[in-house]
Amino acid sequence: MPRTASKTTKKRSKPYTVTSSDTDPVPSASSKTKKSAKENDEKYKLFNKYANTSSGVIDPEGIEKLCSKLKVSHTDIKILMLAWKMKSERQGYFTKAEWRRALKALKVDTTKKLKKALPELEKEVRKPLNFADFYAYAFRYCLTDERQNCIDIETICQLLDMVLGSTFRDQVDHFVDYLKIQNDYKVITMDQWMGFYRFCNEISFPDMTNYSLELAWPLILDNFFEWMREKQA
Amino acid sequence: VQERFGNQSFRMERKTIDLEQGWDYMQTGITKLKRILEGLPEPQFDSEQYMMLYTTIYNMCTQKPPHDYSQQLYDKYREAFEEYINSTVLPALKEKHDEYMLRELVKRWSNHKVMVRWLSRFFYYLDRYFIARRSLPPLNEVGLTCFRDRVYNELHSKVKDAVIALVDKEREGEQIDRALLKNVLDIYVEIGMGQMERYEADFESFMLLDSASYYSRKASSWIQEDSCPDYMLKSEECLKKERERVAHYLHSSSEPKLVEKVQHELLVVYANQLLEKEHSGCRALLRDDKVDDLSRMYRLYHKIAKGLEPVANIFKQHVTAEGNALVQQAEDTATNQAANIASVQEQVLIRKVIELHDKYMVYVVECFQSHTLFHKALKEAFEIFCNKTVAGSSSAELLATFCDNILKKGGSEKLSDEAIEDTLEKVVKLLAYISDKDLFAEFYRKKLARRLLFDRSANDDHERSILTKLKQQCGGQFTSKMEGMVTDLTLARENQTSFEEYLGNNPAANPGIDLTVTVLTTGFWPSYKSFDINLPSEMVKCVEVFKGFYETKTKHRKLTWIYSLGTCHLNGKFDHKPIELVVSTYQAAVLLLFNTTDKLSYNDILTQLNLSHEDLVRLLHSLSCARYKILTKEPSTKTVSQTDSFEFNAKFTDRMRRIKIPLPPVDERKKVVEDVDKDRRYAIDAAIVRIMKSRKVLGHQQLVSECVEQLSRMFKPDIKAIKKRMEDLITRDYLERDKENPNMFRYLA
Repeated sequence: MPRTASKTTKKRSKPYTVTSSDTDPVPSASSKTKKSAKENDEKYKLFNKYANTSSGVIDPEGIEKLCSKLKVSHTDIKILMLAWKMKSERQGYFTKAEWRRALKALKVDTTKKLKKALPELEKEVRKPLNFADFYAYAFRYCLTDERQNCIDIETICQLLDMVLGSTFRDQVDHFVDYLKIQNDYKVITMDQWMGFYRFCNEISFPDMTNYSLELAWPLILDNFFEWMREKQA
Repeated sequence: VQERFGNQSFRMERKTIDLEQGWDYMQTGITKLKRILEGLPEPQFDSEQYMMLYTTIYNMCTQKPPHDYSQQLYDKYREAFEEYINSTVLPALKEKHDEYMLRELVKRWSNHKVMVRWLSRFFYYLDRYFIARRSLPPLNEVGLTCFRDRVYNELHSKVKDAVIALVDKEREGEQIDRALLKNVLDIYVEIGMGQMERYEADFESFMLLDSASYYSRKASSWIQEDSCPDYMLKSEECLKKERERVAHYLHSSSEPKLVEKVQHELLVVYANQLLEKEHSGCRALLRDDKVDDLSRMYRLYHKIAKGLEPVANIFKQHVTAEGNALVQQAEDTATNQAANIASVQEQVLIRKVIELHDKYMVYVVECFQSHTLFHKALKEAFEIFCNKTVAGSSSAELLATFCDNILKKGGSEKLSDEAIEDTLEKVVKLLAYISDKDLFAEFYRKKLARRLLFDRSANDDHERSILTKLKQQCGGQFTSKMEGMVTDLTLARENQTSFEEYLGNNPAANPGIDLTVTVLTTGFWPSYKSFDINLPSEMVKCVEVFKGFYETKTKHRKLTWIYSLGTCHLNGKFDHKPIELVVSTYQAAVLLLFNTTDKLSYNDILTQLNLSHEDLVRLLHSLSCARYKILTKEPSTKTVSQTDSFEFNAKFTDRMRRIKIPLPPVDERKKVVEDVDKDRRYAIDAAIVRIMKSRKVLGHQQLVSECVEQLSRMFKPDIKAIKKRMEDLITRDYLERDKENPNMFRYLA
């Protein structure tokens, strides 16, 4: 998982949007109850395998353990996708409800099955409609504080590599280079983050012939564009 | 039917007149008329003859059928003309040519009109009832139509050629019979019988074509041979002549069309070549101040659609080039010379720019008749070079320095009040061209503060006058702080009087030193750095006494002391003679240390006064390495270093009894620019929020352009800066991007 992001103060803060809830819908039919109870048992059993018994959640250590069982690196995008699937709110921690949510949606109850389901999950997430949501989620997930709304450059670089590296290698490489040498910004906002995604999707690269400084692209991308042009000259 | 004839009256019972008989009689009248027209010896009609002829017609028309001969008479009326034309008129015309033909035509036309007049009188009765009953053309018209169909239609083309030939002859300088041409052309008009069609189609259109080709030929050779002024003179002359031509013999309706053609051939077709002529074209005329020629150019091109645009453009380029040259000159001088001479050069630049403006404004008003195109060209030209930097100083700063030089003591005392007022007026006008007006305001404010606080203002009236002018030009907000500053000074004087009164009433509170305090209202004055220097005890007492007094006047106000602006008068007890030293408070603090100790090291002074290195070095330098060495420095190098030590220079002396020891001013430029940049960020934020609050949803480009417009009164915002502020406002949840269209923004309430 990428390291946690830096703090900045907000002048006006929107309530921190929560995309998950901890309450489970209560199953109505009694016949279902028995079955889902049994299913839940399995999921909880699996949960307890990785959870920290005192805190009652899967903590970073547990996630590491999970990762090694799944044979994926903890910086693999699939773990982030799993977090997205379970609508996990706190980076590095999975709650019971979140865990159950993901496993239910993936229709798995063992580690082995989970491992098998990951490629499917990735395919699902990469669908354009889902990916935009996932991309935004990735940013929010890295925010550690309710009052915080931006992420430091270093973390962003790692996150970009993880999230967009496979689909937009070129863009990510150049942009990361730029981010590292520029001095205008020490942190990236959500607007800039989403702007880059839009950039990758809409602008042909590396010629960028359809980019225009007259439009409302975030300033950092204007600067990136000019920097690229200078390099190309 | 009763009829009155003379004094007699007839009864009915007249004899029926037979057609042939009646017509024979009429023929005698017609023949007589023809003879008169031909100029043959023939007496005029007398009234009896006239009546007989008239009555004959009348009778033949009023006879009972089958002897009512109206129709036949109507036809014979026409035939009379036709016969005459065919037998006499047309042959006479056909055998003549050119001018002779024209003369004959005029004569024949005149005759014809007479014939029509007379015959229609004889046959008048037909006009009364017959033509109306049968809806036929009246006699007058019949007569004219005969001429038109038989003579005019035959000859008009030949006539037209002859006329045009004469016109061209006249153009080449020969004398022609203008009255003849007028008469000929009147025919074309009259033959149209109320419409201009015949004149236009049969004559005018050809005349215009011919004129166009005539002037086209002339223009093509003149443009090669003549200089621009000469060509223009010729063109002006040609246009004048053509107008005269119209007045003398063409129909007035031809004037605009003819003028347009001539203008087109002479001025439109060759406009570019003419204006751009290498040594005599528009640029050269401007360069050589050829005011008359330029006025002529304006007059000629003014009436041509889009004719003035190229002239205005060249004017703009010329003024811009001149302005740029002045700026470049100043830049070159500044880089080659020492600092103080350079700043004089910069002031000279402003003077020269003002002179340039005056000069070309005269051009705009006099040569170019204050036409908006030229006002605009002048404005745009000035906006280009008035915003250039000279040797690192922005034009805003240069202008503020220029004002300071005029308004401060020793600045422009040689000038009369009127001259100063005039200059201030012009300076304020120049400000209109500068885009960073807020930068000017800040520099001006800083310098005004210095003038006010160090009593360096030469004339209060001038100070107020320029503020009034600035207010008029830039609005109240621009000058409100400055006005506040001037008011503060007035109040401060009153305050000082009360303070002295207070001291009088409280002798115990008296600090033993003459103290003058100027209380400034924080918002009006520039911000000053002030840090806690350790004041000498004497001064500490002063501060406390004043504080005590001030609290009796107002509670709930905090006094922040700015010692960096203070002045102190010290008595220096030197060996040779005592000298009064006028120094800054800081310098005084340094000097007073030597009252208790003879020698002090740099570090001693540093710790005792609690100053920064930068400031202390400046202070010590002014007292030991500059013109007046009040302190001796060991070692006596030219600059102050942290290892130096200092001693009171008892041997110091000067022929004056009182000397001012100046501190070199700190460069305020950096701070001013920083402050202005900060203010601009707030201004942009405010503008964006204001716009979005009222529009709710707006596209990016529109938002940016409205923002630029709103702020243009004070400065030209950088597009990137606007974008940055917008992004900041997004982060602060004032705005958001539209979900569907990322180029649109929404206001978040």
